[in-house]
Amino acid sequence: MTQKYRLATGGEVDRNQKLSFTFDSKSYSGFAGDTLASALLANGVSLVGRSFKYHRPRGIMAAGVEEPNALVETGEGGYREPNLQATTVRLHKGLVARSQHRWPSLRFDVGVINDKLSRFFPAGFYYKTFMWPVKGWRFYEYFIRKAAGLGACPDQPDPDSYDQCFAHFDVLVVGGGAAGLEAAIQAARKGARVCLAEQSDKPGGQLLHHPDQAIDGLAPAVWIERVLDELTAFDKVTILPYTTVTGNYGHNYFTAIQHLRGAVSSSSQKHCPRQRLWKIRTKQVVLATGAHERPLAFSNNDRPGVMLADSLATYINRYGVLPGRSILIFTNNDSAYRLAIYAARAGAEVRVADSRNGSDGHWVNQARTAGIRIDFGKVVVDTTGQRKVTGAKVMSLSSDGTTVEGTVETIPCNLIGVSGGWSPVIHLHAQGHGALTYDDDICAFVAAGGSKEAPTVCVGAARGCLDLKVSLEQAAKVGAAAAFKAGFGKGEPTKTSVAETVKTGAFSPLWLVPAPQGSRKGYRKHFHEFQNDSTVADIQLAMREGFDSVEHLKRYTTTGMATDQGKTSNVNALGIVAQHSGQDMKEMAPTTYRPPFTPVTLGTIAGRQHGALYSPERKTPMYDWHKDNGAVFEKVGDWLRPWWYLKPGEDQHAAVVRECMAVRKDVGIMDASTLGKIDIRGPDAAEFLNRVYTNAWLKLGVGKCRYGLMLNEQGYVFDDGVTTRLGENHFHMTTTSGGAPRVMTWLEDWLQTEWTDLNVYLTSVSEQWAVISLSGPKARDLLANLVDIDISKEAFPFMSMKAGTVAGVPARIFRISFTGESSFEINVASRHGFHIWKTLAEAGDDYGLTPYGTEATHILRAERGFIIVGQDTDGTTAPMDLGMDWIVSKNKGDFLGRSAFNLPVIAEQTRKHLVGLLPKEKAKLLPEGAHVTMKRNEPFPCSTLGYVTSSYDSPILGHTIAMGLIENGRDLIGQNIFARNLDGSSIEMTVCEPVFYDKAGEKSHA
Amino acid sequence: MTHHFSAASLLRNAFSGHKNWSQQFRSVEPESKYQAVIVGGGGHGLSAAYHLAREFGITNVAVIEKGWIGGGNTGRNTAMVRSNYLQQDSVKLYDASIKMWESMSQKLNYNVMFSQRGLLHLAHSVSDMQEIGRRAHAINMFGADAELLSPGQVREWLPDINLNCRFPVMGALLQRRGAIARHDAMAWGYARCATELGVDIIQNCEVTGFEINNGQVRSVHTTRGRIETDTVGLAVSGHSTHLADMAGFRLPIETVPLQALVTEPLKPVLKSAVISASIHAYVSQSDKGELVIGGGTDPYVAYSNQGGFDEIETMMTAIKELFPNYSRLRIMRQWAGMVDLTPDRSPIISKTPVRNMYIDGGWGTGGFKTSPIGGLLMAEMMAKDTVPDLAAPFALSRFNTGVLVDEGAASSVAH
Amino acid sequence: MFQIECPYCGKRELTEYSYGGEANLIRPTPVEAEESQAWAGYLFSRTNKRGLHLERWFHVFGCRKWFNVARNTITNEFVDIYLPGEKPQVDEQAKK
Repeated sequence: MTQKYRLATGGEVDRNQKLSFTFDSKSYSGFAGDTLASALLANGVSLVGRSFKYHRPRGIMAAGVEEPNALVETGEGGYREPNLQATTVRLHKGLVARSQHRWPSLRFDVGVINDKLSRFFPAGFYYKTFMWPVKGWRFYEYFIRKAAGLGACPDQPDPDSYDQCFAHFDVLVVGGGAAGLEAAIQAARKGARVCLAEQSDKPGGQLLHHPDQAIDGLAPAVWIERVLDELTAFDKVTILPYTTVTGNYGHNYFTAIQHLRGAVSSSSQKHCPRQRLWKIRTKQVVLATGAHERPLAFSNNDRPGVMLADSLATYINRYGVLPGRSILIFTNNDSAYRLAIYAARAGAEVRVADSRNGSDGHWVNQARTAGIRIDFGKVVVDTTGQRKVTGAKVMSLSSDGTTVEGTVETIPCNLIGVSGGWSPVIHLHAQGHGALTYDDDICAFVAAGGSKEAPTVCVGAARGCLDLKVSLEQAAKVGAAAAFKAGFGKGEPTKTSVAETVKTGAFSPLWLVPAPQGSRKGYRKHFHEFQNDSTVADIQLAMREGFDSVEHLKRYTTTGMATDQGKTSNVNALGIVAQHSGQDMKEMAPTTYRPPFTPVTLGTIAGRQHGALYSPERKTPMYDWHKDNGAVFEKVGDWLRPWWYLKPGEDQHAAVVRECMAVRKDVGIMDASTLGKIDIRGPDAAEFLNRVYTNAWLKLGVGKCRYGLMLNEQGYVFDDGVTTRLGENHFHMTTTSGGAPRVMTWLEDWLQTEWTDLNVYLTSVSEQWAVISLSGPKARDLLANLVDIDISKEAFPFMSMKAGTVAGVPARIFRISFTGESSFEINVASRHGFHIWKTLAEAGDDYGLTPYGTEATHILRAERGFIIVGQDTDGTTAPMDLGMDWIVSKNKGDFLGRSAFNLPVIAEQTRKHLVGLLPKEKAKLLPEGAHVTMKRNEPFPCSTLGYVTSSYDSPILGHTIAMGLIENGRDLIGQNIFARNLDGSSIEMTVCEPVFYDKAGEKSHA
Repeated sequence: MTHHFSAASLLRNAFSGHKNWSQQFRSVEPESKYQAVIVGGGGHGLSAAYHLAREFGITNVAVIEKGWIGGGNTGRNTAMVRSNYLQQDSVKLYDASIKMWESMSQKLNYNVMFSQRGLLHLAHSVSDMQEIGRRAHAINMFGADAELLSPGQVREWLPDINLNCRFPVMGALLQRRGAIARHDAMAWGYARCATELGVDIIQNCEVTGFEINNGQVRSVHTTRGRIETDTVGLAVSGHSTHLADMAGFRLPIETVPLQALVTEPLKPVLKSAVISASIHAYVSQSDKGELVIGGGTDPYVAYSNQGGFDEIETMMTAIKELFPNYSRLRIMRQWAGMVDLTPDRSPIISKTPVRNMYIDGGWGTGGFKTSPIGGLLMAEMMAKDTVPDLAAPFALSRFNTGVLVDEGAASSVAH
Repeated sequence: MFQIECPYCGKRELTEYSYGGEANLIRPTPVEAEESQAWAGYLFSRTNKRGLHLERWFHVFGCRKWFNVARNTITNEFVDIYLPGEKPQVDEQAKK
């Protein structure tokens, strides 16, 4: 198919580079420089999408990010992307685009039945029905959900990558139109670090499609080149095309999304990230974000072929596309007359219907001179056509603007260019909680503060200034002032660019075209919000029903909640409300502007942080050995820890049993490197420990180890571990693996803020030490071969520490045990960890040395009744609940959490005690987390006595064991109570002391 | 005066061009005196007003709202309803609320689109598994519903999930009665019924002070004049401390921003709601088709309805990790609310040190789902000056005794 | 998203810090804490100020120093930054 609507010359497209693409499987061609929208228009494709609610046929209305209608899906498989505006998709060779939200096809969409029945589906209809039967909503909802939604989610993972970067600038200029360019160059000339972000492929903004007005006597295109040349010559200037500043998060922190591939397909550039998220901190910001043209509200104003006037001008001048030969322009202001001039120049038949009484503006006069017919006081009341507009019905507007009168003239046309005025793009200003004010001159909201002549941050059209000359003057001042505020120059602009003033006639607000007397459809087809099909009738209904606050109205009618976020509809909706309720626009406030300005790809915000980079994987120095020896890893926080080691033909259960038995009978080796370790030094180190632990530390001998509990200020257990006195003023603290960072922060907090009298220094050394635990009856014999110190029972008793060498490497060896067996925890510098482990593993063959993982560790410790903080305690467990009164010093003075023991919750309440639980049926494993009742099968709902915290099958005992936190548990020892399954059935068990093996605790001393 | 809503009334009105619908709720000027005044026109305040009129026959009631009704956290939340809590008192409270939700559309004659799509709470570690195990058993025992799912069963509910993500999904806690609802509709439905029962809804009216004599509240001062009353209920998420300051008592609350966002609308892709507490994100799909995504709160006190972008990054990385297919979807709109956090992450439904002044607040991130029960309990306190059994554990006095209802307990400590 | 001026490192992004709750809480002595309400107040009662809020921050991904600030919780503007044990230099009027 030829591009029959492409003009022979003109535009920024490269007619030598033909690009083929498909839309709904049909092949077309466009040119390099096209958007999908311009290429579709060039090929005469007017029907592009269907509206959300009524499935009305929709075409292309705009030329940029404000497009509400032309939503398409592009790409295949993992590259598929729904809900893209055809107006912002750059055309590339082989682009595959499809219409969406229609069935079975775009032309014949059964959903259009909703349009035929639209009178039954006014705003908020779903609140009023679908209520019966009581459970019926899920049935209705199934169909409503299928009918709702727009595009479909991709069904494969995204193959593309995304980048992020941080940037600091002195002046961030958002928008590369005339005002943005002038502001940027003024700031750059002062030496400021300037960033100019432009959302489209190249700077220029409106100048790119309004070529008639000279700047500094130059054609706009030449002026743009001149400014860009000068800007790029500055080292400190960053120009970011294809970059949309999407969010203002306050304190001059902005996010911007840069499209890195321009007009190239995703799949052809896999090596290059697709988008980059810029996190920008800037000293000053200039918002030169332009303005969006507003449509006009008349009946059937949504037919394909009804387009925004300036967007139509864009297609003619920037893309060389004239999508129809017979154009009616409907406007309430002068700006649309430029379209009349361009269209006539391109050979179209043009007429203008202007709702105003007249205008003596420059462009109006120019159009008149060109012989274009202009009818003042006329409005379009309706359109004709099905999937494309074929004509407009025009009537006269009464002098007070409240009715239409006279005869209906039907004007045949295949395009209607509408202009209802301009809404400055104040989103970024408003997102930063900037104040807004209504400007009567342009009938729109603008940034408050400053003045039109001396604006603060918004300049040009973004400040409501639609005149090029004044915009450039503003921009020069604001650009130079921004540089000055950032510390550059004196605030005076230099070599200011100058344009001629253009005289324009006054705006006349036209928030809606009155429906003709006796019209049956009234305002039901006056769309003001196109994508969601919100009509003037909907607003009227909402107000009738009491939703008169604009925020209520927005939620009730869904106005402004479409993917375009109301860029073309929000101000019009307010105007309609104001007109309906007789309020002054000055008293109205727009709904909150929420980030992002344009939709942002989820993957771009996630950046590189996914998969292995989602969160760093922490591996101990011995990781490779574990991997090579069958380890299955448990992810504990960021750490990868051996869970168990599988031998060929073994399952998890067999492996864990083998590991447990090896520790009890021979010797096991475990990687305990993940333990938190804190080096504590200083003359007050012992006093410090005395304050953070519940027990006494002053008299601990050098070379001795002690177990400690740390409480939070609520008196509840917070962490535990063994701390060793290495010297008079030097301690080595261990914490739980997961608790290490939190304990470090906690200790620093107390030391720095409350106990400034203490002379103590803390260093986190968790990563500096590899820790290898040898545990079991043969541990000593094995280790004795490799050390240079006496490790006999007598010379090296339980709960002490010695420094020496292991296999020639300096080591600290601790006689502490978490398994209940005689154990040696060998600490060596991390870089030696692998070597020592390997040496031990090889030397251990003769002793039956078996590596064991976290699962076996947990069983072994439970057999001995050792707790795991966080499993056998929760955030409400006091030391006394654990039967650990012995570890709470009564006479050493204050320590963290101590005063909480006075609180009634600890002093007076019934507490849950940690007790042992033995199922009557010896092989029965209690579910961890199961709650407990006194009576068998007590019907649910009922109250709980507590719950099972740990439950294992003990290989050495040959039966299951468990622990639980049970109300008054210690008083129940010897009694039978019941753990309850999810299905309510009961497991009988006997309460006992929480020690199951080696009750005297002798083996660890061996 | 108010129309009954039904398919038939919709049909009838269609033929008269929808010109005969009456106001769903009225915003009026305040009278000089009311039997009871409720401060806060969100879900809880409106529910309290409705229940005062409906259950306790007190209709001389004003609801005072600083902005527009439902405009605070009611209009800003992610509309999940669940009762999968840890503690017995919480499960009972939240489940009582689910039960009220289950018949709300019919009771209010307003479709609040309550949809029990099921809610999955994912576990990513052994300790997560222990935590959901404890919770599932508790929920079951206390009379609500909970099931434990294997990874394979999780996949059946969520075909797009990446079970083998950085922190693999080891299982999930499923609450089938977990639901999503239309948040605005709940507020409007209560407002409509309360209006019909004679309650005055006063919008754009800010409380500036209280007149308290001998420890008893006498009147409420507002930007629209003094309102005499001897019974006041406070239901003002994000402003509880501010109002308590005016009344002269202190609360154990910190007010922090909570952010949420939605993607562009999509055809149905996510059947149930999903929460992953340990990687800080949750997501559900609305009836309109948007994916509604939330995460953790910002950590610091703020009253600006604006959070940090870093929280958004945390949410997006988590969602992409769980659902890699969602990577190319686009975020359309983002916002923040202000939530009142208590030390135990449980609400305060209580008498206050001021006689006949009651509070229903401190709901943290759980206020939307409990609007029905919170309002009902406050209505009972206001009507009878007694504390209902369900509310008793949530008294303000627990912050003197330390007898908390600690919902953070299982996730706040080390492993 | 605000930045915080660390008294040791200068202005840094919010993401380098962790929040430490209200500042200048008085920790009751063991004798004072025998009155359990005193301890409960220290644990739970907070000013939660709308306006100027005294609070603690920790430069966790920086110098790992704790310090205090006076921040406006509506605008996120910082009025004072001061060290542990010091009193904030804030206008009494501003505190309201």
